[in-house]
Amino acid sequence: MKQVINNEILKIEKLKKYFHVGKDKQGPIYVRAVDGVTLNIKYGETLGLVGESGSGKSTIAYTVVGMYRPTSGQILFKGKNIGMEASRRSLSSKKEIQIVFQDPGSSLNPRQTIEQILALPFRIHTQVPKKQLREKMVKLLEKVELSPDYLYKSPPSIGGGEKQMVAIARAMASNPSLILLDEPTSALDVSVQAKIINKLIDLQKEMNLTYLFITHDLSLMRNVANRIAIMYLGKICEVAESVTFFEKPLHPYTQMLISSVPVISEEEEKLKPKKVISIGEIPSPVNIPSGCSFHLRCPYKIPICSKVDPEMIEFSPGHIVRCHLFAKLENKKQQRSDLYEEESVIY
Amino acid sequence: MDNKILLEIKNLHVWYKVYGGYSKVLQGVNFLVREGERVGLVGEAGCGKTTTMKSILQILPPGDFHIPRGQIFYKGQDVLKMSFKEIQRLRSREIAMIFQDPTTALNPVFTIGNQIGDVIKYSTAFEENVYKEKIKIQSIKAIKEVYLPDPERIHINYPFQLSGGMRQRVCIAMAISSPRNLIIADEPGTSLDVTIQDQIHRLLNKIVEKRNTAIILITHSLGVAKEMADRIYVMYAGTIVETATPEVLFKNPVHPYTKGLLASVPKISGGGIAKGIPGKIPDYLNPPSGCRFQLRCEQESPICSEKPPQLFEIEKNHLVACYLTKR
Repeated sequence: MKQVINNEILKIEKLKKYFHVGKDKQGPIYVRAVDGVTLNIKYGETLGLVGESGSGKSTIAYTVVGMYRPTSGQILFKGKNIGMEASRRSLSSKKEIQIVFQDPGSSLNPRQTIEQILALPFRIHTQVPKKQLREKMVKLLEKVELSPDYLYKSPPSIGGGEKQMVAIARAMASNPSLILLDEPTSALDVSVQAKIINKLIDLQKEMNLTYLFITHDLSLMRNVANRIAIMYLGKICEVAESVTFFEKPLHPYTQMLISSVPVISEEEEKLKPKKVISIGEIPSPVNIPSGCSFHLRCPYKIPICSKVDPEMIEFSPGHIVRCHLFAKLENKKQQRSDLYEEESVIY
Repeated sequence: MDNKILLEIKNLHVWYKVYGGYSKVLQGVNFLVREGERVGLVGEAGCGKTTTMKSILQILPPGDFHIPRGQIFYKGQDVLKMSFKEIQRLRSREIAMIFQDPTTALNPVFTIGNQIGDVIKYSTAFEENVYKEKIKIQSIKAIKEVYLPDPERIHINYPFQLSGGMRQRVCIAMAISSPRNLIIADEPGTSLDVTIQDQIHRLLNKIVEKRNTAIILITHSLGVAKEMADRIYVMYAGTIVETATPEVLFKNPVHPYTKGLLASVPKISGGGIAKGIPGKIPDYLNPPSGCRFQLRCEQESPICSEKPPQLFEIEKNHLVACYLTKR
């Protein structure tokens, strides 16, 4: 059976994914979509991967699920390397990792009935006899609170929220342990979103699932994720527990993101960092700025930022940040209490 | 606060012609904008926000719609009874609209300068001869006003050479290139990233304050409405269900739909996610008689299905369309 070496279900190490887009005099041009990402996901947790469009968060999901072959780096799933495209992976590892896409309108085949859509994962990954197949599918639909008559409907005839429920049911069919959720609710209204998120949380407890939740919605992540990782231009900026993340955001980009979230109550207003306001736009991943990729938009820029790319630093246990401001502090080897004092100067 | 009334919509019904009859989208919308006021219109997808706005400017798909009842007064004049020339004047001189998707709102084969120039040309065409140089100077001034870098270059660029955020700024520049009394912004930040969305909203706020223009901001995000608006209308399935100032609405929501919507919004201070609102928006072909929210409402009673509830003032500037408030 599965050999559990440590408590990490998925380990991504120095993952790079470049896309070849053309060439000029200097040589080939690449879009550096994912540029050296190291990320761990523990058993049973929800990791929120947050970033703006074009930051490479979906590329990570597609590489993990095997739609792309990584340019370099490793992906370890339960201790086994799966850093190759899906056609070269074993069936058992494909069964364990499933994905739910952003737009249910285009991820479900409009010419198939829900029955046909749901039958496929059973046929490939399980040895369910044909007679029991229907019973299994009805059970699956029950899990996502859809009635059995949905089996005979086709995707265009049902609502957006229901379609996404079907997509979730399809991902659950092979009884996976890791599900990648690629912005599953961003195309839906808030009242429908709440319903789907609650269902996902229930299913996680019931089926012992691990989620990698990709989104651009920070306030949603505060309520869903155990840990949050922020991505900017193919690199991870900050990883932290979701509570510390909002109470003590370190990276200037994180502060900018949180200050941009529109909020509805006063207690939320207090959490927003006041001094960092959003300026500039995300640069093109073809011409990534030298040094720290964020330095063009950063209000706390120091000379070193445009020259040297910062390293990942563990600021406090479980709180990893990649910024020169905090590297400097660590070099001084100060006490943690001093660190916070100096930090307040930065704010 | 009690400025002159700029725009007033009274009991507006709009139906769309579809296969199998009429899709009754709007059912008695009442809406009011005063001069210099910032109004937010909040609602879920498909609730008729954009239809309401398009009917003000008369840019609904021609031949496909039917307005059985209702009046739209702009400065005391009924828009629905205006001649074509008067409507053109309204579109070119009085009201500007910013659309949701900046990628499709701009024509890809004309330069930015050309497109802004057109707006200026037609907004002044009724009065004087405008020369090309003057149009150029004015359009560069408009580009400068939305804080775009290097306005001279942007002026000769094509839309595909700009990013999404820059394109949306160009759309705003078009809206403010000539003096307007009302700007309708239809989800100006929705298709953009949060940080860019924040920039666009701050820019709009600044411009509106500087010029004392009234603005209607359409959005599906309650947070955006709270930050941008002086008064918020909550819309559900073609009817206005509640209107109040943001302070009152977020502290003391009355309509069950507003309550459900507020509870569904995830908060950055944590606290989990509410269960959402069960059900979905009714079928517009055969909408339920009476209150359109009754099928999803937890406090439904027999009177709800008799006839649609009217907006009822429970305190000053706080109107609710629900039978619960009258009991």
